[in-house]
Order: sequence, then C-alpha cells, then structure tokens
Amino acid sequence: MKILVGIKRVVDYNVRIRVKPDGSGVDTDGVKMSINPFDEIALEEALRIKEAGKAEEVIVVSIGGDECQQQLRTGLAMGADRAIQIQTDQALQPLAAAKALLKIVQQEQPGLVLLGKQAIDDDNNQTGQMLAALWGRPQATFASQVVLEDGTATVTREVDAGLETIAVDLPAVVTSDLRLNEPRFVKLPEIMKAKRKPLDVQPLADLGIESGHQLSVTRHAPPAQRARGVMVESAAELVSELKNRGLL
Amino acid sequence: MSEREVMEYDVIVVGAGPAGLACAMHLKQLNEALNVCVIEKAAEVGAHILSGAVIEPQALDDLLPGWRDHPPPICVPAEKDEFWLLSKTGRKRLPNPPQMNNHGNFIMSLGALCAWLAPQAEALGVDIFPGYAAADIRYTDTGAVGGVIIGDMGVAKDGSRKATYVEGIEIHAPVTVLAEGCRGHLSKRLIQRFELDKDCDPQTYGIGIKELWRVETGKARPGLIQHSIGWPLDRQTYGGSFIYHLDKDRVALGFITALDYRDARLSPFEAFQQFKHHPSIRPLLEGGEILSSGARAVVEGGYQSLPKTEMPGALLIGDAAGTLNVPKIKGTHQAVRGGMLAAAHLAQSLSSEGFDRKLRRSPVVAELKKVRNIRPGFNKGLWAGLRTAVIETVTGGRLPRTLSNHADHRMLKKLDDYSPPDRDWVERELPPRDRLASVYFAATDHEEDQPVHLKVADTDICISQCTEEYGNPCTRFCPAGVYEMVEDQSGRNLQINAANCVHCKTCDIKDPYQIIDWVTPEGGSGPNYQNL
Ligand SMILES: Cc1cc2nc3c(=O)[nH]c(=O)nc-3n(C[C@H](O)[C@H](O)[C@H](O)COP(=O)(O)OP(=O)(O)OC[C@H]3O[C@@H](n4cnc5c(N)ncnc54)[C@H](O)[C@@H]3O)c2cc1C
Ligand code: SF4
Repeated sequence: MKILVGIKRVVDYNVRIRVKPDGSGVDTDGVKMSINPFDEIALEEALRIKEAGKAEEVIVVSIGGDECQQQLRTGLAMGADRAIQIQTDQALQPLAAAKALLKIVQQEQPGLVLLGKQAIDDDNNQTGQMLAALWGRPQATFASQVVLEDGTATVTREVDAGLETIAVDLPAVVTSDLRLNEPRFVKLPEIMKAKRKPLDVQPLADLGIESGHQLSVTRHAPPAQRARGVMVESAAELVSELKNRGLL
Repeated sequence: MSEREVMEYDVIVVGAGPAGLACAMHLKQLNEALNVCVIEKAAEVGAHILSGAVIEPQALDDLLPGWRDHPPPICVPAEKDEFWLLSKTGRKRLPNPPQMNNHGNFIMSLGALCAWLAPQAEALGVDIFPGYAAADIRYTDTGAVGGVIIGDMGVAKDGSRKATYVEGIEIHAPVTVLAEGCRGHLSKRLIQRFELDKDCDPQTYGIGIKELWRVETGKARPGLIQHSIGWPLDRQTYGGSFIYHLDKDRVALGFITALDYRDARLSPFEAFQQFKHHPSIRPLLEGGEILSSGARAVVEGGYQSLPKTEMPGALLIGDAAGTLNVPKIKGTHQAVRGGMLAAAHLAQSLSSEGFDRKLRRSPVVAELKKVRNIRPGFNKGLWAGLRTAVIETVTGGRLPRTLSNHADHRMLKKLDDYSPPDRDWVERELPPRDRLASVYFAATDHEEDQPVHLKVADTDICISQCTEEYGNPCTRFCPAGVYEMVEDQSGRNLQINAANCVHCKTCDIKDPYQIIDWVTPEGGSGPNYQNL
C-alpha cells in the first residue's frame, strides 16, 4: 500500500504574524517558513505505519512555488520515499487544492491519504473533507489515533464532546489532530540521503486545474490593540478608576 | 555509551555567519572537489544573526563579483552620516570621525544577507545544516581537533531520553573552522585548552541590543546613518547608539554598552530603552511599531586581544577570533576577508599550520593594528577617549604605544565600593514595556523540557556571596530576563528562565565569578530573528 501525505509550507508557528500595512495580506518578508505542524504529524503517522510493515511507500506532495521544495526535502529527510511538487505561484483555496490533490491520488492510487486537519495559515479545515468527497471515498477527520487492519482504518477522532471512534474502509482520507503523535527529529545524515531521493515537479496547469478563487478576501486586519493598563495603589483608587470609565 | 554515527568531510565550518559562509564558499570556489559542510544552530540561516549593519562592500566584491546586480533583500546605499553627543535633554552635532565615514557602504540586514548567501553556498556544493548545534569538540588520539559532536535531540530536563530522542552524530574532518561569532562556546573551550590567549590581552566585549521598527510613513530617511555617544550612559561607561534608516519605512536602531562597565546596578537593556526616549529620538518612533528585536555581544578587544588563531586541527575566524574593528563597529567585512583567507590557506594543504602568521600579515590585522588604541583610550572616560581617538586617528596608529585591555568581568565594582552616578532616567512609554515584552519580538523558542543550557557551576555563590557583593547583576545584564532571584518556602533561589535566552552570551562574559557557562541548547532552538 502507498500512503500519500499532503504538506503545506506555512509561516512557522513561532513567528509573530504581522499584517502588511496596506492590509493586502500577511507579511512574509524574512519570515521563517515551516511544514504546517498538522501535516508534519500526518507524515509522522504515515512513517510509523510504514515502519510497522503496513505500507510500502510514503509519498509527500505539496502545492506551491519552488520554495516549497524545501519543505518537501524536510519530509524526505524525515523518511518519505519520494516527493511531488504541484507547481504554482498562486495560493490555492481549499477546493482547488483538493482538486489538484485528487489528480495525484488518481495517478498514484494510494491506499490512504493523510493530511493535516487544517493549515495554520488560513485555518480553513476543508481540503481533506473536499478531497474525500471528490474522490468518493470515506473520510475520518481530527484523528488522534489510527489503527489499520484488513482494509479498514479504525480512527479515534477528537470531537467537541470528547472522543469518537469510527471505522472506515480503505482507501480513505484521514486528517490528523495535534495529539496523534509527536513528530521525530531528523538525523543529520538523513538530510544528505534526502537530497538524492526523487522529487517530481508537475505544473498545476498540466494537471488541468485552474487556480481560480471561489472566495475573495477583501481585507486583512490585526486584532485591536489592548489599551495600556493602569496600576492602582488601593481598592478605593480601583473603584474610582472604574467609575471614571463608566464601568461602575 | 553507544558509538555515534559518523560523517566525514574535508572541512567542517561551525557557524553560518559571514565568516563561516565566506570560508565555505571560497573553499568550493578554489577547489570544487573539497567536501565542505557548515553547521548552524539556528533553525534557519540568519535567524540567530544580529548586527547593525552598515557594511563595507569590498569584501563581498571579492567573494561574489557581480553581487551588486542581484543585491540581498535589504540593501540601502549609505547617504549621510551624523554623529551626536547627547545630554539628557539636548544634543550637539560632533564632527564625523573618519572611521564613521560610510560613503560607498550599504545598510543591510546581516541576517537577511546570510539567508541570501546560504542558497548560493549550496549551489557551489556546500552542505549547510541549519538546526544543528555543534555541542562539543571531537579530539583525535594525538589531542588535535578532529571534528565536532552534534548535540543530542530529545533529551528531557532531567537528562533522561524522551520518546523522540536522537543521538547527535560525530562529524570528522582534518580541519574544523570555528566561525561561531562573538564568544563562541566551542571557541572559548579551545582558547582555554590550547592556551591560545596566553600572549595577548584578555578579550573585551560589549552588549548590543537592537530593534527593527516600522515608523510612520515619511519619517525614515533611507540611507541616513546616525550614531550617538553620551546620555543615557555616564562618562565612565563606553557605549553609544546607532540608527540606520532603511527603505519601506523601516529603521534599525540599537545601543551598545561596553561590558567593562563598573556599575553592578546598570541594566544595558534599560539604557537602550532610555535612549529611545531622548527628545531627539522619540518622535521618530512614536506611532510606529517594533518588527523584531534581539541582543548580541560584540567583540571589542581588537588587535591586542587577538588570540592565536590556529591550533592542531582547527582555526578561529571572524568574531570567534575577534577581528571586528571597534571604532568603526564593523566586523562583517573583516569576517568575510578572514573567512576567505582561511579558505585560501586550507585549499593549499588542509592543515591549520601557518594560518595565524598569514592572518597577521593580512589587511585584516593591519586594519586592527591601526585603530588599536582608540577603544582602550576610553578606559579613562569619555573625554580622554575622544582625545586619544583624535590623536590615534591623525597619526594613523603609528605612535609606538599599545594601550592594554582588561577582562570585563573584573571591572565590575562591588556595591559597597561604588556609588552609582545619578542616572536621572525618565519614565518610559514606548514599547516594549519590559524585557519579557522584548523577548516576544525575538520570537525565541526553546523546548521547555530540555536540560538548562546555562550552566551555573555553584548557585550557592549566587544566593550568598553575589547577592551581598554585587546584588546579582545577572538579573540586570541579561537582556532577556533569563535570570531571576525568587523567594519560596525553600528560601531565596536563582531561577533560570532558559527558554527566553536569545544567545547573546553576555552572562558568560560579564558574570563576575565566571561561573556561568553558556552551552548550546537543542539544535534549532533560540531566537527567530527577522531581518536583524
Ligand atoms: C549590535 C551590533 C551592531 C553591529 N553593527 C555592525 C555594522 O554596522 N557593520 C558591520 O560590519 N558589523 C557590525 N557588527 C558586527 C558584525 O555583526 C560581526 O562582526 C559579524 O556578525 C561577525 O561574523 P561571524 O561570522 O564571525 O559571526 P556571527 O555573525 O555571529 O555568526 C555566527 C553564527 O554561528 C552560529 N553558531 C555559533 N555557535 C555555534 C555552534 N556551536 N553550533 C552551530 N552554530 C553556531 C550562530 O548561530 C551564528 O549564526 C555589529 C554587531 C552587533 C552585535
Ligand atoms: S541568558 Fe545569557 S546568553 Fe541568554 S540572553 Fe541572557 S545574557 Fe544572553
């Protein structure tokens, strides 16, 4: 069985997100970029399934400009066998991303597609669900545990009420939640090995996908700044400050 | 312990700063067949680099002819120099010292420059490994340096192995080039072990704290370079500010305080924040926002403190050796030139022998010699220093005298022996409110569950002797608020908030008892500087 894992290049979770002064988007100038953390967890899960002897090959796929090859190489260094870049300079919205991934699914015929539950840049949480629907296969989202047996995946899902366990027939789409696993550190020699692993580049247009948008973003704005606090010396002062502000 | 996995290279470079990258690139330019790797503790090249930076471009011309046609992302030609003497409420324009004439230079972000160099080095065939710390030296049977040991990953705070544990590998090579920058932790060990500093003065340092701001439209004047001395420091303390105006409404500003200061009560962080509130500076910043901030020690000892730069199996280059020109506060061109010189030397023989002599005969050291007396001239205060600076500049450093340097940590006065000047500092309003708020802009990140990377040899000294004698100056000189004295049921204790550390190395330098040892944390941890 092959496992296909989607990884997206996003602004690192440690970086303070700053909106461009003209509101046209998020400032990524000189900003550290990483694999979306949920995708890293998805890849770790795929690698563990392979190491347990339940899959033969792990393929990482990313949609983006040539910069995202950096994240694909990291995925290869973690242990993926080969990589596919769907090349485009446009930022795709979930439906277009799902359609593009579907093309790769059709090419590769994986037994399992593992994605992050959402990307931390736009928090859409849609691509996995859309891909499953387009592909006509089951989905199990927000996975905190995945057990594969006899052509089914038993997946524990993190839902609002607690945990829910479902069984889905393979092939299926599973999206990972935070507690699924803790991704591994890359050993330095693996980086060298990753340089020699295959990385296939497929232009988005060649897949017959249009990057057109269904949604249009009108403006980006940072959250309102909190006003400066005042230190009060006594309870009496606190009361009078509150009264001044019409809060009492 | 198990045998560590081994990788072999012809040359290992520790540190992807300008010195290390220039050395690695030039090695490949001279001999493509050499296997060269660069180890970098930051998660990405440039993320631990903090500089001014007004850069003299000639060394870059040598390394990368044609770079001016494809400049790095932040690169503004120097337009105008201003040099000011500040008092609390006023300022006076001073004539520009010739070292500060920046005509023909460029204002850049050194972090961005290094991030821009890295892919070019890779294109030349250099293997760069960001996110891995060179944690220790590997010695050969003869006691020579034989490579480095990469730090283990996934070790818990108590030293036990977590589920994610990965043992660091060893990298072996005939030559290791230490390009760790100012106060490199492996460089420090090697200088001690091979007594590389036995024939020179002690090294001296400063602490530079910097912020990158986006100011209100129209306030930045791209290419303007402003330096100041005087307030908020007293006349006995060497230091000053820089303000470099960039494009896109950005301004880089910072303050350097020499670490030979005497006043144990001084906080260099606070001095910088005070400077920002000077009536001539504050209007520039009001209405703007901080984009990024951080701190880094600067090496100031120059010519008389330059250690021997070779030892069996290894070389020191750049600020790890101490080639920065202090009166100019420029070390980048020196680092690049020194790195290229090391490459030229190694391309001939893959042996460290003979490098030190070549360096001392090179323009790198000639430049240091010329200005050698300027910085120590300030040991007697601001006016004496300015006087020496004029004399030494006029004579081009040819007077047959060399003033000496003293170890910074010995200069701190005990509380009882020193009455601090009346600092008369102002109430602050500009961000950041405090050091914690500042660390936020450094985006520093350390996995909490890992061994504390600030090794304090004897915390009993902190609680008793240091409290009495110096009032725990670590709680003030650390720009990130890492050290705190806390009181709980068990009494007064030193608390080390290691996760906040920005790797500036000040504590390792200034601690008066020399019991703090900065070691590399898990690779990839530390600040994530953006364009500093
Ligand atoms: C506030 C300030 C202002 C300055 N202004 C200017 C200026 O205007 N113009 C100018 O030319 N110069 C300026 N300098 C000096 C200049 O920044 C330095 O001279 C220059 O950075 C030295 O380069 P380097 O390569 O030797 O070291 P660094 O630039 O310090 O690079 C060292 C690299 O090694 C890495 N490293 C260290 N130890 C290890 C380890 N054990 N394992 C793995 N990686 C490691 C570090 O993370 C870092 O990336 C300034 C410095 C400061 C602090
Ligand atoms: S702990 Fe030391 S190295 Fe870290 S930020 Fe503080 S002074 Fe600098």
